[in-house]
Amino acid sequence: MNTFVVLVEDHPGVLTRVSGLIRRRGFNIDSITVGHTETAGVSRMTIAVEADEFGARRIEANLYKLLEVLRVDNVTRQPSIFRELAILKVKTTPETRAQIFQLAPIYRARIIDVSTESLVIEITGNQDKVQSLIDVLEPYGILEIARTGRLAMLRGTGTASKPPEDEQDFGAAKAEEDLISHSV
Amino acid sequence: MKKTGAQILFESLVREGVTCVFGYPGGAILPAYDAMLDYPIRHILVRHEQGATHMADGYARATGQVGVAIATSGPGATNMVTGIATAMMDSVPIVCITGQVGSKAIGSDAFQETDITGITLPITKHNYLVTKPEEVARVVREAFYVARSGRPGPVLIDITKDCQQSSCEFVWPEEPKLRGYRPSHTPSSREVEQALELINSAKRPIILAGRGIQQSNAREAVLAFAEQANVPIAMTLLGLGAIPASHPLNLGMMGMHGEAWVNTAIQEADLLLAFGMRFDDRVTGNVKTYAPNAKKIHIDIDPAELNKNVRVDVGLIGDLRTTLEELQPKIAATDRSDWIAYISMLKGDSAVRDIQNLPDNGHLYAAHVINDLWRETRDRETIVVTDVGQHQMWEAQYYKHEDPRSLITSGGLGTMGFALPAAIGAKVARPDAEVWVVVGDGGFQMTMCELATIAQEGIDINIAIINNGFLGMVRQWQEFFYERRYAATPLVNPDFVKLTEAFGLKAMRVETRGDVVPAVREARRHQGTVLIDFRVEQEDSVYPMVPAGNDLHNMIRRPSAIVETGADA
Ligand SMILES: Cc1cc2nc3c(=O)[nH]c(=O)nc-3n(C[C@H](O)[C@H](O)[C@H](O)COP(=O)(O)OP(=O)(O)OC[C@H]3O[C@@H](n4cnc5c(N)ncnc54)[C@H](O)[C@@H]3O)c2cc1C
Ligand SMILES: Cc1ncc(C[n+]2csc(CCOP(=O)(O)OP(=O)(O)O)c2C)c(N)n1
Ligand SMILES: [Mg+2]
Repeated sequence: MNTFVVLVEDHPGVLTRVSGLIRRRGFNIDSITVGHTETAGVSRMTIAVEADEFGARRIEANLYKLLEVLRVDNVTRQPSIFRELAILKVKTTPETRAQIFQLAPIYRARIIDVSTESLVIEITGNQDKVQSLIDVLEPYGILEIARTGRLAMLRGTGTASKPPEDEQDFGAAKAEEDLISHSV
Repeated sequence: MKKTGAQILFESLVREGVTCVFGYPGGAILPAYDAMLDYPIRHILVRHEQGATHMADGYARATGQVGVAIATSGPGATNMVTGIATAMMDSVPIVCITGQVGSKAIGSDAFQETDITGITLPITKHNYLVTKPEEVARVVREAFYVARSGRPGPVLIDITKDCQQSSCEFVWPEEPKLRGYRPSHTPSSREVEQALELINSAKRPIILAGRGIQQSNAREAVLAFAEQANVPIAMTLLGLGAIPASHPLNLGMMGMHGEAWVNTAIQEADLLLAFGMRFDDRVTGNVKTYAPNAKKIHIDIDPAELNKNVRVDVGLIGDLRTTLEELQPKIAATDRSDWIAYISMLKGDSAVRDIQNLPDNGHLYAAHVINDLWRETRDRETIVVTDVGQHQMWEAQYYKHEDPRSLITSGGLGTMGFALPAAIGAKVARPDAEVWVVVGDGGFQMTMCELATIAQEGIDINIAIINNGFLGMVRQWQEFFYERRYAATPLVNPDFVKLTEAFGLKAMRVETRGDVVPAVREARRHQGTVLIDFRVEQEDSVYPMVPAGNDLHNMIRRPSAIVETGADA
């Protein structure tokens, strides 16, 4: 799985352009999240896509073809923090409720709603952690899951969304370096 | 001064150097048509909007300048889709302008509303929906810049009717500012070093010359490189003309219907130098067995082309001419006469098999028509525009192109119906050139309505129908791969001579080899468009042929002259 952090112009239709492009090139998007950034007019997408090394490079090069794409970082193999938020609704009985209350803290998950026959748990973490909680709760009966998809950020002071020093030169040096160093 | 969106549109087109547009009016684009009358722009009224896009495409391919097509909303816009996709596949700079319903009506399924920016998203380099007159000038400026820069391509501008009608202050914007657009690149010095090492040590190198040479005006640079290093050159279909066919290092076309010796040489090479070509599957055959012993250097302006179809050892991302000019001084002069002599030997019995050398058996072969046409038109600047099918391949094999932009053909999309309108565009762009359409009897009927455009606009081109009574290329596949079961390929055609005459144009019919040259001469003498209906052998096939997906060296060869084919007998 490859994770791209993509900075785009905050224009109407950009999400369609980006997702359409990846689909058209024959790749399957696992998750895509979009939100504002610290810079006005710039949105940030985190895209998780299944692809091999060559595929990942092609996705990157193709993304750069879109006029609205300002910068692409493939953070897959860089030291990064990956996070996902999931909300799970689990069936409970008087007996199982206590068990689930005990499980949740192990995952640093929080119980955010309780009713007589179900409860709702919120968890944040990387994909493995979220998945492992889901697996553990499966036997109790999961009624509903809502997941945000992956967010990513580089560790340390390096950023994938450095604000433009020069409006016209947004990430240009980095983009150029990525684009021309293609031979493997 | 205040102007309407429609006026700003034409004001901007004029400032972009547009002198001619191809179009068809309708409700949603009427304000623009009304404004057009006040600007120095020639409008060519087409008979189908697909024709307008192919004309803009032919205009662009003939010159390198941006071609412009205009249509109304809804059906006008959707009729453009094939032409836009054709231009996208072959990286042709065109700008398509469509009217759109009023901005308040968007999304309401209003009369003749289609989401043309949505539809064309995957087949344009970029597209715009413009709803305010303040945006028109900037968008037109950007559209032309995007269409022609970097790897060129089609751009669509969809303009709502209210945008055309309302007014604002006209301001011609400065250079487009697009912070996310990176059309030009320069290869890294490390990769340049690696490339030089591979080039200077190669024993059996071969240049794969593509359309990028024409787009980057790199003919001189490629020739200088090839001559310095003694590297033979193989051409893609879209590369033809980029290097003179008569140049001693030019081997001819590669690929599915390329020359047998060219494909064999590629398979045996130790270095492939891909210059502005994209390793289309009609070029590589089975990629798993493609040039197995060769290192590969790819020079292309588009980073997304690298390692797409074929894994390469060194990729130089940048403009071809600039990159070659950087490499050139460091290329060692190397004697490669053994390799070149070996390739000449590979030509072997090809000449014997060539249909050109068959004794006249009373049949008219397309190869004869094309070859005679070439001999007759060599004396002038000539552009040949071909359609898609067998005749297209025979043209590529038997017409010897000397000049860039002298062959215009739809390669990537293989769009039947392309030739006639594209030729009109080419003629409008280069009125001094002689323009010949080489088209099949099938493809001609897809866009023959444009004969009316020719008549109305007084266009002077010549049309050679290679009439074999079949959808020949498909028939050939049925012959080779479907046991000659000719499902839906025989054609019952109209009388093309009478048909042409009905448009008020001149037409002739040719059935024997001896009549080819006189007919071509007469067509050339005649002022105005002439159509010649060449009745050729019905079941001839294009040889050699690498069946789709086969290894490049496993070609079906023309049965040699001695063992005559059924068709020859
Ligand atoms: C019936 C049929 C049969 C065919 N058979 C054959 C065949 O036998 N042999 C054959 O070769 N083709 C054949 N084709 C055509 C084939 O499908 C492709 O269209 C063709 O091979 C593409 O040629 P190309 O790569 O040179 O051009 P393009 O597809 O136009 O690619 C050009 C490349 O150059 C790059 N470029 C553009 N500008 C620059 C620049 N300034 N600097 C550097 N790079 C640049 C582009 O990024 C692109 O990668 C056939 C088509 C049809 C319809
Ligand atoms: C619009 C379109 N439809 C279908 C095809 C598939 N096709 C490729 S070649 C061909 C036959 C072309 O016949 P004709 O125009 O008579 O040319 P010929 O091959 O006989 O020279 C067809 C149907 C195509 N390329 N384009
Ligand atoms: Mg035919």
